[in-house]
Amino acid sequence: MIKRVFLIGNPNVGKSVVFSRLTGVHVVSSNYPGTTVEISRGYLKIANDRLEVIDLPGTYSLQPSSRAEEVAVSLLKDNQRHEMAVVNVVDATNLERNLFLTLQLIEEGYPVVVCLNMCDDTAHRGINIDAARLSEMLGVAVIPTCGLTGSGVKPLIEAIRNARTSGGKERTHLERWQEIGRIVEETQHLSHRHHNLREILEDASLRPFSGMLIASLVIYASFRFVRFLAEWLIANVFDPAFYDIYQPLLIKISSALGSGGFLHHLLIGELIDGRIDFKQSLGLLTTAPYIEIAMVLPYIISFYLVLGILEDVGFLPRLAMLLDNILHRLGLHGFTIIPILLGFGCNVPGIIATRVLESRRERFIAATIIAIGVPCVPLQAMIFGFLGKFGGLYVASVYLTLLLVIILLGMILNRFLKGYSPEFLLEIPPYRLPPLSILFKKLYFRIKGFLIDAMPVVLLGVLVINILLFLKLFDLFTMAFEPLIKGLFGLPKEAVVGLAIGFLRKDVAVGMLMPLGLSVKQLFIATALLAMSFPCVATFAVLLKELGLKDFLKSVFVMLAVGTIAGTLLNILIPG
Amino acid sequence: MKKISLVQMKENQKGKVAEVLGGSSLQHRMMSLGVYPGSNITKLSHFALRGPVAVKVGRAVLALGHGMASKVIVSLE
Repeated sequence: MIKRVFLIGNPNVGKSVVFSRLTGVHVVSSNYPGTTVEISRGYLKIANDRLEVIDLPGTYSLQPSSRAEEVAVSLLKDNQRHEMAVVNVVDATNLERNLFLTLQLIEEGYPVVVCLNMCDDTAHRGINIDAARLSEMLGVAVIPTCGLTGSGVKPLIEAIRNARTSGGKERTHLERWQEIGRIVEETQHLSHRHHNLREILEDASLRPFSGMLIASLVIYASFRFVRFLAEWLIANVFDPAFYDIYQPLLIKISSALGSGGFLHHLLIGELIDGRIDFKQSLGLLTTAPYIEIAMVLPYIISFYLVLGILEDVGFLPRLAMLLDNILHRLGLHGFTIIPILLGFGCNVPGIIATRVLESRRERFIAATIIAIGVPCVPLQAMIFGFLGKFGGLYVASVYLTLLLVIILLGMILNRFLKGYSPEFLLEIPPYRLPPLSILFKKLYFRIKGFLIDAMPVVLLGVLVINILLFLKLFDLFTMAFEPLIKGLFGLPKEAVVGLAIGFLRKDVAVGMLMPLGLSVKQLFIATALLAMSFPCVATFAVLLKELGLKDFLKSVFVMLAVGTIAGTLLNILIPG
Repeated sequence: MKKISLVQMKENQKGKVAEVLGGSSLQHRMMSLGVYPGSNITKLSHFALRGPVAVKVGRAVLALGHGMASKVIVSLE
């Protein structure tokens, strides 16, 4: 009796889309190898049975070369053959390369069903595959499907129910390739076509000069668009909603509470010049929702919209190739740009994505760099929101400082850590035009994830801070840190509360600094410190999980050192 | 028949892989990506200063680090 269904296949063949189709569970998919580093589980109901479906990280063969691949292969080995079905998702546009894993799976005797995916693309590219003949030659069921539209899913489920252990003689790698040559010869027919615009662009993005030009344009346009859309949303949607609709309601609540007292302090916060100030009042109903919804959420929306497009189009692997040379100096290779970019959204998925990197040393450098030098969207939104009004120069300086820290830190770690960086080896996928429905679905899940993760922490954080402030319990704490904060960083001693809150959430932390009336220089140092010093608690947890205790402590030590040195240097170097 | 490494090939030059030097783990990885003795390979581009090399193998485009590329020996037609 089959209990589990494993989805396995080369990276970037659309396993996650097939998974969503089988189980109704949404998982993030993109157009680059290695989107799935975690194992997703879901359930497929057939009549009265409930099968567990497991989406494995992509792998090219049963000999793993990264931690993500290792997990995929070992999970497969640990299960009873007669209780499992293995759905081998095969990219129809690249049959030859994909069949290598297929043959290995069949030779090992797994109960295999081949799911021949991406059928629309094949027609465009002039490829015709005889699925029936392929099935005959392989000795297992071959089901043509189209993950994006969902066609072929029913026959696939039927084939899963009937999956039987396969088997065959074991081949050497070379014999396997000879066999593949024979199979492809008989089953695949190509019709010749001329180069189209997409292929011309694909080629251009791989050449040094035109590639750099395209990449610079894309990155500049993306950055401008993220800011433009977010600011438009704030000015036209979120601010009007807060100021015109929500504020009158709050004024009523405030006067009903008598404009003061403990409950007023908790819910509304302090009145600034007798009025509610969404940025400074610091109440559960005022600043907390305003920061998350009117200041951060617009940036989350625009950032993930742009990132989603870049991911699905297939631009990121090309960027990885262009940056390989530079990243090598930091002990990393080109692919690391993808975890780093994800880290700009939120450090947590960025650090998790470092699992596709081959060596421990590389993962350590990448995770530490992300935790220290890469500010997440909530922090960036606050930097734009508060520092932006003093001019773009200050905002640019924060980014420049962080870039400098990343480069120096990477070079130092690369110099002093034992070991070497493995080399870059990456498949570059074709450009694809993602359907809008897929883009928006992904965006929707990322926004939902953000709200679910952030809102409770923010509300709880503001509640606790307000109680502590009301009871004046921070005084001892601020006194203890005065020498460090005031002496080295030139910040008022109260700023330590804000910096400490950064451990909970970076956006609230910046909000805490606002009522202190910092000078531009102080604000600049404080935001740079918030970005560099401690990552938030969620990042900490995932860092510990990914690196293990020993490397985690090393990484924390590096963070403390970098924060202290950089804060002091900035205080000395920037004219007051 | 001339044998040279991927690094020495010119852009848009075609050839057949003759051998993959280096340890067995590199050979395995290359093998599973379709780079094996006898496979057709086309060099697409090369980045300066020991940068990566892009090649086309079968229907896939691969980017290889400079060191790896220098271990793939190709015989020209």
